[in-house]
Amino acid sequence: MLLEVKALHGAYGESKVLHGLDFVVEEGGVTALLGANGAGKTTTLRAISGMIKVEGEITFAGKRIDGMATEAIAKLGIAHVPDGRGTFMELTVEENLRLGSYTRNDRAGIAADLAKMFELFPKLKERYHQQAGTLSGGEQQMLAIARALLLRPRLLLLDEPSFGLAPLIVREIFATLDEIVKATKVSILVVEQNASLALAIADRAYLLETGRFVMSGAAEDIRKDETLRRSYLGY
Amino acid sequence: MDGLLHQLISGIASGGIYASVALALVMIYQATHHVNFAQGEMAMFSTYIALTLIQAGVPYWAAFCITVPISFAMGAVIQRVLMEPLAKAPILASVGVFIGLLLMFNSVAGWIFTYTLKPFPTPFGEGKPLFGGFISRHELGSTAITLVVLLSIWAFFRFTRLGLAMRAAAFNPVSSRLVGVPVNKMLALGWGLAASIGAIAGMMVAPVIFLDPNMMAGVLLYAFAGALLGGITNPLGAVIGGFIVGIIENLGGAYVVGTELKLTTALFIIVVVLTVKPAGLFGKTVVSRV
Amino acid sequence: MNPTLSRVFPWLFFAAAAVLPLLFASDYRLFQLTMVVVYAVAVLGLNLLTGYNGQVSLGNGAFYAIGAYTTAILMDKFGVPYWATLPFSALVCAGVGFLIGLPALRLGGMYLALTTFALAVATPQLLKYKLFEGWTGGVQGIVIDKPDAPFGLPLNPDQWLYLFCLLVGGVLFLAASNMVRGRIGRAMRAIRDQPTAAEAMGIDIAMFKTRTFATSALFTGISGSLGAITIQFVAPDAFGVPLSLTFFVGMVVGGGASIAGAIMGALFIQFVPNIAEEVSKAAPGAVYGLILIGFMFLLPGGLASLLRLLNGKRA
Repeated sequence: MLLEVKALHGAYGESKVLHGLDFVVEEGGVTALLGANGAGKTTTLRAISGMIKVEGEITFAGKRIDGMATEAIAKLGIAHVPDGRGTFMELTVEENLRLGSYTRNDRAGIAADLAKMFELFPKLKERYHQQAGTLSGGEQQMLAIARALLLRPRLLLLDEPSFGLAPLIVREIFATLDEIVKATKVSILVVEQNASLALAIADRAYLLETGRFVMSGAAEDIRKDETLRRSYLGY
Repeated sequence: MDGLLHQLISGIASGGIYASVALALVMIYQATHHVNFAQGEMAMFSTYIALTLIQAGVPYWAAFCITVPISFAMGAVIQRVLMEPLAKAPILASVGVFIGLLLMFNSVAGWIFTYTLKPFPTPFGEGKPLFGGFISRHELGSTAITLVVLLSIWAFFRFTRLGLAMRAAAFNPVSSRLVGVPVNKMLALGWGLAASIGAIAGMMVAPVIFLDPNMMAGVLLYAFAGALLGGITNPLGAVIGGFIVGIIENLGGAYVVGTELKLTTALFIIVVVLTVKPAGLFGKTVVSRV
Repeated sequence: MNPTLSRVFPWLFFAAAAVLPLLFASDYRLFQLTMVVVYAVAVLGLNLLTGYNGQVSLGNGAFYAIGAYTTAILMDKFGVPYWATLPFSALVCAGVGFLIGLPALRLGGMYLALTTFALAVATPQLLKYKLFEGWTGGVQGIVIDKPDAPFGLPLNPDQWLYLFCLLVGGVLFLAASNMVRGRIGRAMRAIRDQPTAAEAMGIDIAMFKTRTFATSALFTGISGSLGAITIQFVAPDAFGVPLSLTFFVGMVVGGGASIAGAIMGALFIQFVPNIAEEVSKAAPGAVYGLILIGFMFLLPGGLASLLRLLNGKRA
């Protein structure tokens, strides 16, 4: 078990968003958090990264991380692609990628990983010296994923990688994600509104509704169970 | 013609000082959207530290090299202790603290060192002006130092990992934390760096205008004008703006308004820039209308 | 405090302020209290701008200077009676405030702080400028006469001046408190707290801010006129950065967005530096600085917020 979350409560000011979530992310493979807009998916990821104050226990690789600073959590090996992609617009693609490996000191390893990113996302090589703000949405999403992977994380948090992108590009990105999972040992916790997309690459899925889990199980079972899909996921 | 050339060179020399302070202001502005009104007084205080060391028998360059890290620590501590807790407070709170610092530095300096004008040594020799009288040794030396400082700062931000992290923290603190950049430490470093640049500017300008607790008020005003003229969101622009303001000040002082209205020239530049081109010559348009 | 009492209290306070000092205060104390009234008007002017409207000015001392010089020049060169100079300085200051506010206020809050700071730094130099010397008296400044009590009132000049300033100040305080309680005050606070919503409500923010700035300049200008008459002298070096920062300190200490706070702030800036100055010439600055930082951290609402706290507990 890589990540274990127990009794997670979270609020923005007065309004409670999470009402006691319990879930785990197993080592290797993809876990999906599904749910409609406002269900608390993004808040859950932010809680894991220490971006908001929460109650509950979050244990990563045997270590309690709730209450830790965001940058310290990143250093432990949790990379987070935030909603809106978190691009450093004013900086170049190169600088964005260099920032991805900020916590690392192994020059050779970083260079090798960068070469791997260029293989996965050839577009980034073409745009290497360009200002990141000039990239298209899809390219920025690729940049964000590459930036996160350059941290060489054990856990990758992805917040709506499909958001605002054309279907063709979404398919490309998810295919690449699938490739990454198969080729590396990284575990992924992905948040998606588009359930069918996430279930296609996930091993396990949780369905959130207004801050509570209403269903969870192996992704394959959910995929196959039409009534479950119809009643909860609407497809 | 010779007079004009001389004024131009003097303008570049003082412009370098304004450019340095303008850069210090812009560095903090970019990261926090605050204008540090105490930047000048901090530099003045650093200059007194240097003078105290020199008077205690420390050689000039040794005193210089001790003053810079002390100033760095001073800036970093101020950020950590005073500014960080108020990061999310309304503008009045941060201005209040800046003004509080300004008053404290000013009066503590007056208390310890008195309000009398004090000469400050130049390390470049008092000898005859160079190149047929166009430029004094100090003007040449201080311009060289200023340029070295500006270039090293530029190289630091452009080529080092730490410099990149500081820029990232200024542009996008949320994403910076997510890639593991300790943003608060970067802000403290930025304050330290700004205070160090200010200290060097103070030590370079003090031999020209003499040292007293109010020495930097005028310099700060020109630095404001330079930063706004170049664009307060653009460090390079602010540096260029500082040089332009230095030249305008000297030429204007010599040929147009006379020396009595030098400070008013700075006010005039500020008002004109805000009216005609609020983003400055090289800045991005940041019209926050509210 | 119950509602009736809180409505009557300001009038009682005003009556007490008008009568008690005349009975008990020495001429010097009376002079100090007159300056408290003068500063209270200036702090009130700044408070309208910063406390109620959320815009930081570090250069209101410039408007105080313009008001003071307008009065001094009109009295000295044109023989205008002291009381008749007030409308002139009000107009002049409001006009200058409008012109300076116009460019700075379209932009974010720091720009106004910066521009007004620059204004404060440049003011003494402008007042000394030789082209204006014929009017301003240059570095020497202008000496003006202390007015006598009119209508054969049995008051000495100090007593009369105190009453006169108190009366003018009272009118301005009444006007300000009506203004902030009404529609204009609501708009001012809306712009401070919810600029986007205020704009959506159809408030022309830039124009409104500029008008508030002009109003603030007007109050401060009248305060400067009263100050000039009280001190009987104007000179450039009295109107530099320290004066502007003094008003700022008074506003913060008294408390933003509070009418009563302006009076407390004025008492503070009149009496505390005197006490501190006995320690050292530099001490007032240090005290100001320390207190500013202390208030920002411990009591950002100023003394007025303490008062409100006490009131709330009793009610």
